[in-house]
Amino acid sequence: MPPVVLLSGAAFVLALLGAWVMQRRSPGEQNDEQTLIDQVDALLPQTQCGQCTFTGCRPYATAMVRGEADINQCPPGGHATAARLARLLERPSKPVDPVFGDPLAPPLVAYILEELCIGCARCLPACPVDAILGAARFTHTVIAADCTGCKLCIAPCPVDCIEMRPVVHLAAPH
Amino acid sequence: MEVTIATGRQRGVRLIGAAQRSAASAPSAASAPPQLALSLALPDGSSLVPVVRIGEYVRLGQVVAWSPDCEGTPLHASVSGQVSAIELRDAIGMSARMPAIVIDNDGRDERDPGLIPVADYTLRSAEELLARIEAGGIVGLGGAAFPTHLKLAPTPSTPVETLVINGVECEPGIQCDDMLMRYRAESMLFGAQVMLHIVGAGRCVIAIEADKPEAIAATRTAVKAAGDARLSVAIVPTYYPAGGERQLIEFLFGTQVPAGGLPRDVGVVCQNVGTAAAIATLIRTGEPLVSRLVTVTGLGVAFPRTLEVRLGTPLSHLIEECGGYTPDITRLIAGGMMMGVALPHDALAVAKTTHCVIAATAADLVPRGPAMPCIRCGDCAEACPSHLLPQELYRHAVEEDDAGLARFGITDCIECGCCDAVCPSQLPLVSVFGAARRQLQVNTVTTERRDLARQRFNAHTQRLAVEQAERQRRLKERRPAGRKDE
Amino acid sequence: MLLVLAMLVPAAAADVFWFGPGLPIQIVIASLSALLAESVMLALRREPLQPSLGDGSALVTAALLAFALPPLAPWWVAACGSAFAIVFAKHLFGGLGRNLFNPAMAGFALLLLTFPAEMSRWSMPIVVASHHLGFTDTLTTIFTGVPPVAWDAISSATPLDAVHSGLKTGATLQEVLARTSTAHSASIWSSLGILLGGLGLLGLRIIRWPSPVSMLAAVVVSAGLLNAIDPGTYPGVLFHLTSGATLLGAFFIACDPVTTAASHRGRLWFGAGVGLLTVVIRSWTAYPDGIAFAVLIMNLFVPLIDRLTVPRIYGHAR
Repeated sequence: MPPVVLLSGAAFVLALLGAWVMQRRSPGEQNDEQTLIDQVDALLPQTQCGQCTFTGCRPYATAMVRGEADINQCPPGGHATAARLARLLERPSKPVDPVFGDPLAPPLVAYILEELCIGCARCLPACPVDAILGAARFTHTVIAADCTGCKLCIAPCPVDCIEMRPVVHLAAPH
Repeated sequence: MEVTIATGRQRGVRLIGAAQRSAASAPSAASAPPQLALSLALPDGSSLVPVVRIGEYVRLGQVVAWSPDCEGTPLHASVSGQVSAIELRDAIGMSARMPAIVIDNDGRDERDPGLIPVADYTLRSAEELLARIEAGGIVGLGGAAFPTHLKLAPTPSTPVETLVINGVECEPGIQCDDMLMRYRAESMLFGAQVMLHIVGAGRCVIAIEADKPEAIAATRTAVKAAGDARLSVAIVPTYYPAGGERQLIEFLFGTQVPAGGLPRDVGVVCQNVGTAAAIATLIRTGEPLVSRLVTVTGLGVAFPRTLEVRLGTPLSHLIEECGGYTPDITRLIAGGMMMGVALPHDALAVAKTTHCVIAATAADLVPRGPAMPCIRCGDCAEACPSHLLPQELYRHAVEEDDAGLARFGITDCIECGCCDAVCPSQLPLVSVFGAARRQLQVNTVTTERRDLARQRFNAHTQRLAVEQAERQRRLKERRPAGRKDE
Repeated sequence: MLLVLAMLVPAAAADVFWFGPGLPIQIVIASLSALLAESVMLALRREPLQPSLGDGSALVTAALLAFALPPLAPWWVAACGSAFAIVFAKHLFGGLGRNLFNPAMAGFALLLLTFPAEMSRWSMPIVVASHHLGFTDTLTTIFTGVPPVAWDAISSATPLDAVHSGLKTGATLQEVLARTSTAHSASIWSSLGILLGGLGLLGLRIIRWPSPVSMLAAVVVSAGLLNAIDPGTYPGVLFHLTSGATLLGAFFIACDPVTTAASHRGRLWFGAGVGLLTVVIRSWTAYPDGIAFAVLIMNLFVPLIDRLTVPRIYGHAR
């Protein structure tokens, strides 16, 4: 009798200890769909460029989690992101499909040639991250630090005054 | 060369067979080469701005480049002659080519007339001396090249009690500190006294490794001769990385420098012996930092020795001064056996950070077998001077788990190479950690940018929705109620 | 790894001297089975055979398992245990360096649970056995499962078995110990062999002191305490140290770097847990020896121990 009590008691205490550690490690972690979408979204580059055919990174993440899109549709993320998505979603790993865009393209930012800009304001709503500063009949400019390089502002411009330039202030570790 | 884990209180490794191959003769001055290239690169990857023009005649000791944002100290011409080019050149330890000032040596060593000694430093204020040291281009000569005037600058909140003069070679096999203490101990002590005057510390400890009896004897004699009660000599056991500033402080005083803090936080300022000697030269002769001691060693060079070398001297010239290469040279390394970097060619020039050049043969290098799986033996943790768990770091680095890397202290890794050297599975731990640390920094910035982009995108989408709703409401208002369209 | 094998030689010699040539045969069987399992698993995992096959880790697993088996156990016992250890405990967890459980002990535990009869037929020490099995006889016994004479003539209980079952029959501890004294002296010699090898491992810095020291200390303290409380039921410290697999566990099993904790402090906790659980299992459960289960249970706690014993990094406050 005593050994049974002793061992059960010990097991109980250890179980409590284990539970406490797990609790400390991940307070209230739920593995529901929204959490998974958040995790997938965190892996995406947030360029909001729409090259994946969805309207932004989060819609694409949602589609992936629901099985409506494949993991290889994000060219700005490159092959590394595709591999991480495959691992997270436990799907077969594959490189980015070039149909969606060039996964090896260097990061770019939009630049407005101000002498050509006529201040039409058409590019303003096109920018998914509101990184273009300007108003009707005033010259516009791009806030380079906020530009994700999605190229969505180029099409609406009637005078072709926006060009893509390589990133110069690449995330320098400070 | 053989590596074993250091036993005792200190964490690190002992290197057996990394013998001092450079001869024990007094360091002689290397001849000045016909052409020098003074690299403007700073350790953080930025560079100095030249203040001379191509074709201009410069004198020995004249400022040729300076740092407008005070990130670095000025650079001086190490010979007299004509500036023949200012161009991009390979620099030691830099992945990109960096600007350099090329000077054609006229061989006359004409001194800049502006170089004036300080007659009696005790009459000068700390600020004035610090300004002198800054103008003299003096940086830490132990290898890190941190500007000395910044390290000595007074901070009222953390008074300095002890000045440590670090005579512990950063890596086994390097001999410039040893040679300096053997033959220029008096000069070094004078520099130490100047620094004591500046920081107002009450005592100065000169730390020397136990396996350098000549240096210990010479320094003790000089201390006695100086008759300064503030100076004392401390013997440090021979292990690597005893010469690391934080490791040395832990050994000497039993206290650890807080993470992210400075030695000052525990009342200590640490300076290399070479820096002390350079300050002495500056105060006594007015000559700025234009040369330094460089150990040339390895089986790949005919007569290994420690030389006084002008900054900007090409390594090829330095090797020639030492009798040239032996036939079995396989690799040229700048720095020591543990942390040195392999060099692409020998046209690179000596900089303020260059303390050692190793012309290595196969016998100098530790042979590396193929990497095997980690068996968690824990030898790396036993050797780690930062008290990290390299086996855990490695696991998280392979899994690209940034949170895990941060939790196990990747940012506290000093990349000394001890774990790597003792790993029985021959894992390339240090290079993995270095890459992981840089990647972690990049990832942190990237994540910030991504979070910002996500926020702005959400705000943008919301704003468009609100505008859309507003437009529709207005449209409805404009139409009289009850009337159908069309 | 090969040095670990070399350090097992003194113990093996003592074993052969007392119990006949069964152990070397078991080692060969277990090793062949382990190497075969290792090759098959490497092939299935599409990994190159070398250097994994040649690193000796499979041989160490096999040898440690063989040490834990009765010398006359049928060949398929060793083969099964060894294969299970390599396939399930090692490769399915990701191969060398990634296994959670000590492979040899996992294999042993499986055998103990599946083949209790074969696993309890321990050889009688040669000096007291009425019949002495030579090399050929031993080989035949192992491969046919039928000894040339009755099992009773050549097998006997181990000291731990004797104490375990003897106490249930109502005999006093002293009587039981007297009855099993020859078997115990054989066990002492084996233990001395293990101790010699273990000290060799420590001297060569292949293993570190924390795990064996804390495990033996835990055995000494807990066994000593029990013995002090009730000397009639619980055997003394020396008996615990020299019988069963106590020393083998301390020097060769609890020290397995892969399945023990990472830091010195963690290893102290791990060893202490193994020692304590060993005495608990020996004293109060249905099993006479408890090393295997103690090690496996503590293996489960290694991630927790590692989490709680991360060393203080230089310059950081606790």
